[in-house]
Formats: sequence, C-alpha cells, structure tokens
Amino acid sequence: MTTVITGIGAATPNGLGTEAFWKATLTGTNGVRELTGFDTSAYPSRLAGQIVDYDAKTHLPSRLLPQTDVSTRYALTAAAWALADAGVDENTLPDYDMGTVTSNALGGFAFTHQEFNKLWSKGSEFVSVYESFAWFYAVNTGQISIRHKLRGPSAALVGEQAGGLDAVGHARRTVERGTKLVVSGGVDSAFDPWGWASQLAGGRVTTATDPEAAYLPFDERAAGYVPGEGGAILVAEDAASARERGAPRIYGEIAGYASTFDPKPGTGREPGLRRAAELALADAGLAPADIDVVFADAAGLPELDRIEADALRAVFGPRGVPVTAPKALTGRMYAGGGPADLASALLSIRDGVIPASGFTERVPDAYGIDLVTGEPRTRPVSAALVLARGRWGFNSAVVVTRHTDH
Amino acid sequence: MTRRVVITGVGVRAPGGNGTKAFWDLLSAGRTATRSISFFDASPFRSRIAGEVDFDAAAEGFGPREIRRMDRATQFAVACTREAVADSGLDLSALDPHRIGVSLGSAVASATSLENEYLVMSDAGKQWEVDPGYLSPHMFDYLSPGVMPAEVAWEVGAEGPVTMVSDGCTSGLDSVGYAVQLIREGTVDTVVAGAADTPISPIVVACFDAIKATTTRNDDPAHASRPFDGTRNGFVLAEGAAMFVLEEYEAAKKRGAHIYAEVGGYATRCNAHHMTGLRKDGREMAEAIRVSLDEARLDGTKIDYINAHGSGTKQNDRHETAAFKRSLGQHAYDVPVSSIKSMVGHSLGAIGSVEIAASLLAIEHNVVPPTANLHTPDPECDLDYVPLTAREQRVDTVLTVGSGFGGFQSAMILHRPEVAAA
Repeated sequence: MTTVITGIGAATPNGLGTEAFWKATLTGTNGVRELTGFDTSAYPSRLAGQIVDYDAKTHLPSRLLPQTDVSTRYALTAAAWALADAGVDENTLPDYDMGTVTSNALGGFAFTHQEFNKLWSKGSEFVSVYESFAWFYAVNTGQISIRHKLRGPSAALVGEQAGGLDAVGHARRTVERGTKLVVSGGVDSAFDPWGWASQLAGGRVTTATDPEAAYLPFDERAAGYVPGEGGAILVAEDAASARERGAPRIYGEIAGYASTFDPKPGTGREPGLRRAAELALADAGLAPADIDVVFADAAGLPELDRIEADALRAVFGPRGVPVTAPKALTGRMYAGGGPADLASALLSIRDGVIPASGFTERVPDAYGIDLVTGEPRTRPVSAALVLARGRWGFNSAVVVTRHTDH
Repeated sequence: MTRRVVITGVGVRAPGGNGTKAFWDLLSAGRTATRSISFFDASPFRSRIAGEVDFDAAAEGFGPREIRRMDRATQFAVACTREAVADSGLDLSALDPHRIGVSLGSAVASATSLENEYLVMSDAGKQWEVDPGYLSPHMFDYLSPGVMPAEVAWEVGAEGPVTMVSDGCTSGLDSVGYAVQLIREGTVDTVVAGAADTPISPIVVACFDAIKATTTRNDDPAHASRPFDGTRNGFVLAEGAAMFVLEEYEAAKKRGAHIYAEVGGYATRCNAHHMTGLRKDGREMAEAIRVSLDEARLDGTKIDYINAHGSGTKQNDRHETAAFKRSLGQHAYDVPVSSIKSMVGHSLGAIGSVEIAASLLAIEHNVVPPTANLHTPDPECDLDYVPLTAREQRVDTVLTVGSGFGGFQSAMILHRPEVAAA
C-alpha cells in the first residue's frame, strides 16, 4: 500500500498559504523579527518567528474565535487550505474513512495564560467555558475533525519538535490500517509573556538581536535557536483511493518513517538520529544514494549541530548529499516544524529546486556537510529525507519520494 | 502471520489504591476513594470533590532532584513503570534498547507544575506580564510535556519510538493502542505504555466548574461519583496512573511470562460533533466497538464484561448505553457493565489505562468489579451495571471503552490468549 500527500496548507512566519510560504522559502524572506504583543525589554531573548499578517476573522467563522487559541486558529486555517488543495470536502469519502492525526507541543498556551490570569486575579467564576478544551494538546485534532466532519481514527501526539513527523508517520500507519484519508501535521504557538518566558527556560534560545544573524544552524556562529509559530497541515491518502476519486494532484509519497530515542544522558552511547535516518531509508526501501536532499533538524546549537552533522556523514558520507535548513527563516515551530519541512520537501520534488538555509554562511569544515547556503540550488529531486529532533531525545525521520504509478 | 501483543506487567497509582493489590482490593470490595479536596482550599469552587492519591514521592524512592524536576504526573508514571516492570519479571537491561518503545498518555500533563510556576511568576496572578526573573529552569518541561515519556524512557532504557499520546480523556486507551500497533508492525518487541494525569489543581477544577461537568454533591464526597444512577449530576475529578509492559506474544510465552491478557483489538473513531458534547445515539463509539471486535476476530457475544467509560454525566451514561446496544444488540442486556469511576473518580487522560488495569485484574481474578453508589438507576440506562457488589464469574474477554473531549471514542478488547487460539 502507498500513502501519498494530496494537499498542503502552510501557515508560517514567512508565508500564509502554501505558495506564499514556498515563495518566501525560495527567496529567503525572513519571518524572524522583534517579538511584539508585550514588553520584552526584561527578557534576554527578543527575536521570534512571528506570524504578523494573519486576521482570524477573514479565515474563520466568528463563532470559533472565542473558543480558540491563536495556535488552533492557524491549525484550522491550514487544515482548510490543505483540504481545499486536495479537493476534499466532508462528502468526498464514506463515513469513518477520513481521520485526523496532528501533533501539538505547547497546547493552547496563550489562551490558557489568560484563563490562569482570570482565575487568580478575579476568581474561578471568570474562567472561560472554553478553557477545558481550548488548552489541551488534542484541541487541534478535535477542532479540525469537527469542522470537516472527519469521523475516522483520530489522535494527537506530543514529542516536542519531533512530534510533527510522528503525526505524519502515524497518519501513514492509520492509512495502512484501512482509513483512506488522514489529515495530519502540526501547528504550535506560545508568544504570550508566560509562554515566551517558558520557552527560554533551559537556555537554548538565542540572545542575538539581529534578525539576519540570529538562528544560524550549522554556522560557526550558531548560538541558539529562534522560537517560531505556525506549521503545516497535510492530507495523507491511500494512493489508490486518491486516484479513484480523481485527486487534483499528488505531491509525493510518504515512503518511509522511523523514530528513535536518544540513550539516557551520561551513558556515552551514540545519539539516535543516525539510526532514525537509516531506519526511515530502510522503511522506504531506499539507499542513501537515492536521497537528493536532507531537510535537517538544524538545532542551531553547536553541540547539536555537530551531532546532526556526524549522523549525516555516517549515513551519506562526507558532503554526500545536499542538506538544507529553511526553518532558519521561520524559527523552530515545534510540532509545526517537521510538517513545514515536509511541505518544502514535497515542493522541492515538484519544482526541482532546493531552498537555502537562511542566513547561515560559514559551515565548519569539520562538519563535512554540503549545506545549501545563499541561493537555492536547482536540481531534480526525487527523494528527500526530513529530520526532526525534540528536546529530551526524540528523533524522527520521514522519507518522501516523487509519486510514480506502480 | 500477525504478531500478537500481550500485557505481562501492571503498575497502578489510583485513589485509595497504590499498587495493583491495593487497587484491586478497593475495586473488588466496592469501596470508594473520592473525598473532599485536601490539596488546596477548594471553598471558592463549585465542585469540591476529587479522587486524590496518597502519594509519597520520597517513600516511592524519588530523590530530591527528581522530585523537583518531575511534575507529579511524571512521578506517577515512573512509579507505575517500576511496578509494572518488576511485575513482568522482564530484565529490560538484557534486551536491545532499540527494540523497546514507550507510549505514554496524558490529557493535561504538567498542569500542577504549570500552575505552581504561574503563581510564582505572576505573583499569584497580580501581574499579567509575568516576571522572567522567577523563571524555573524546569519550566520548559512543564510547557511541553514530551519530558513525561522521556523520563519513562530513561527509567527503562528505551531507545525505540517514544511518544506521548494526548487524546484528552481517551489518552490512556489510545496510548496502549498505539503501543500495540508498534509491536504488531514489528517496529519493536516491547513497549512500556500507559498513562498518568494529576489534574487536581485550581485551574483544572475551574475548567470543569465553568461547564458544570463535575458534580456538586459536596456534602457527600464518598458517594459523589454515581455513574448510571438517576441522581448523578456530573463526574468526580481524580488523579491516577497505570503503566503496563506489552510484549510480543511468542517472546512472552518463550520466557514463561505471566500473561494478564492479549490485546485482541483496538479502534478509535471521532464524533466530529462537538468539543464536549455527545450525540445520543452513540454511533461512533459503537463503530469503534464493532471494529475492535473485528480486529480481535470475536463475536460480540464473547464479551464477558464491559468496563464502561461511565463518567457519571447524564449525556455520557446515555450515550454509551446506546453505543453498547447499537454494537452488541441483545448481548448488551446480558453482559455485565460497570464503571470503576464510581470508586476512583475520573483521572482524565489516565483513566483509560487505570481501566485497562481493572479489566486485566477482572480477568485475573474472574471477578467483575461493581458500579458503586448505584441505587436508583436512570430509567434510560437499562443495562446490567453490576450495582454496589462485585460479581464472581468467569471473565475471559473484556471490552473497555473511553470517550473524551475532542470527540474521541475508543474501544479495546482484552482477552485470555487462549480465547483467540480456540
């Protein structure tokens, strides 16, 4: 059985809508900017990949606005775009044949911050009737399923930045178990003051102040990441069913997926990223030489960049494959990061072009990777490997390939 | 040849019952463990009852650093993991770590720690723009709960797939269902799976107050959780956790493991109807039951016991009663159905796993746990809900179901391995 992607909806700091996102990704349009919305002067980090031109009222019915966090609004908007792109409405397939599997790492955090504030400053009777479901990690799956009448299997997975690829992997598993279509992907946002402060805990966020020299994955100047918001929603579908219903387009196949977890810190064993990549390749039935581009996790911290470079060299050999990190232009979108990279990978296959890695310029020779920097690289792309890591040790890998009628 | 999946180890932390034995003693005696909230001053709240767990982290073996680092729900998950692994007799250190996975369910994850940190950073809610000077180094762990399955993975040395399944109140069923799929497809051979939630904090109490989902029977906390009773008026919030060791059947048999049950079938459907509301006809839950039976290759009449979601809200009790009738026909009237939430309350994302534990112990002991506090049946709920007293009977096959915010409807078939072999 083959699972294909037939629809993409992206909502990211550098582009709302799939083609806007892709154009921004290829032209190097930066979505990283000074965080607005509250006074950040007391914070050591003030740059974020922030969506600034989104007006919820133009995208969603007004009844959904009081009950949704901004992250859920992005998710609902991206899902509607993805389903429209796929030419799917609620009557396209029989009941129970369409499901929803998304990832979420932060929940409806800005919304819940408001409700915490109301509870503690005013009293419990001021807490919103929507708080019980606007906050939890399943909110996007639930709201997307309701809006589009998706009654098949549904789930919400959490694995920090790796979770978005896990959702797509589980969507494929769900298709293979018999559900014809699964809406998948992930979206996150937490740019309220409390959410922002919380993202800084652990010290991985850059304190840089120049948006063009802030998130520099694999650069010798790398000194942390920039948090982002948004993500992408994809429509995963059984290839035969997609053909049968006359899907307007097939972006590519989800050919392989794997996830691993790093050894407990201190054991000295090798991190799990290389194994995730190898297992995803094996799952796809491909050799490293078959891969035309790797969309890297691109942590933007020297230690983690080195670990990823080591894994890439181990799998592909020194400078063995073009590697790119367009997420440098959006910041790390947590559950949204992997699905947005999958969108880029599928569009690279469509257009035969590999986007560049933001503002990264100087990659240490010791990394031994062929990072696409500066300008996009034009070349045919038939297969791409997308990697994502989540804090604490999550590693996930997805292989997407050009769709061929078997 | 489809790989079969069995459960060989169980660990439970539940109100009134820490550890599998105490938990089963409570259930089989029909005792209740719901009480007035003691964790904080609940007097401003509409519902002031909860199923609290008497959990002593130091006595559980957690050191001071672990206690500070781990949210209470994470501590529950790790404590249950230790119990489940010991119970399984499996030497995890002798296995290939790459072939071990973790699947942990939770609905609200680190809610308790989030609220504690919020109070510090906002000066008890006085400041909207929190003070980053009071930021805890562990705050990211509470913001994004991937750390919960990570802690379990570190505990057992797992390096295969590790994930959190957060499907609201079906999380604890779906996390085990996810684990079953990982073993069946051959990705791993062993998964430590289960769920934990510790939501007894003001913000979560306020969430359910706001929608009047929880009971106001504040003057009678021990008898406040009344699923299927005509006098019920909402669920009782609780905390809890259960973790399991799941193994590929042939491997478990080969090592002579004690097998609680095989997970014969699992399915989930979504009602796509309302974030908190249920339709009366129970059709999506019925569909999940039908598909899980198909997967287990069992006829509905083989079900000896239904472990119900039975939350004690009117809409739930009627919804699932309809679902049982719709999926099982006449057998719905013949099979005993009970809700352990009557005794331990509703621990949100954890309860699905706590109810799997109860189902496994029902099979183990050939005893159906009762629905406590059921004195005046709701006339619209006309099945055999096993009121008040446990029932001794042969239990080979159990259906356990869950229903949750977001529209999730899940069903799982647990049975003795011989049932499938026969």
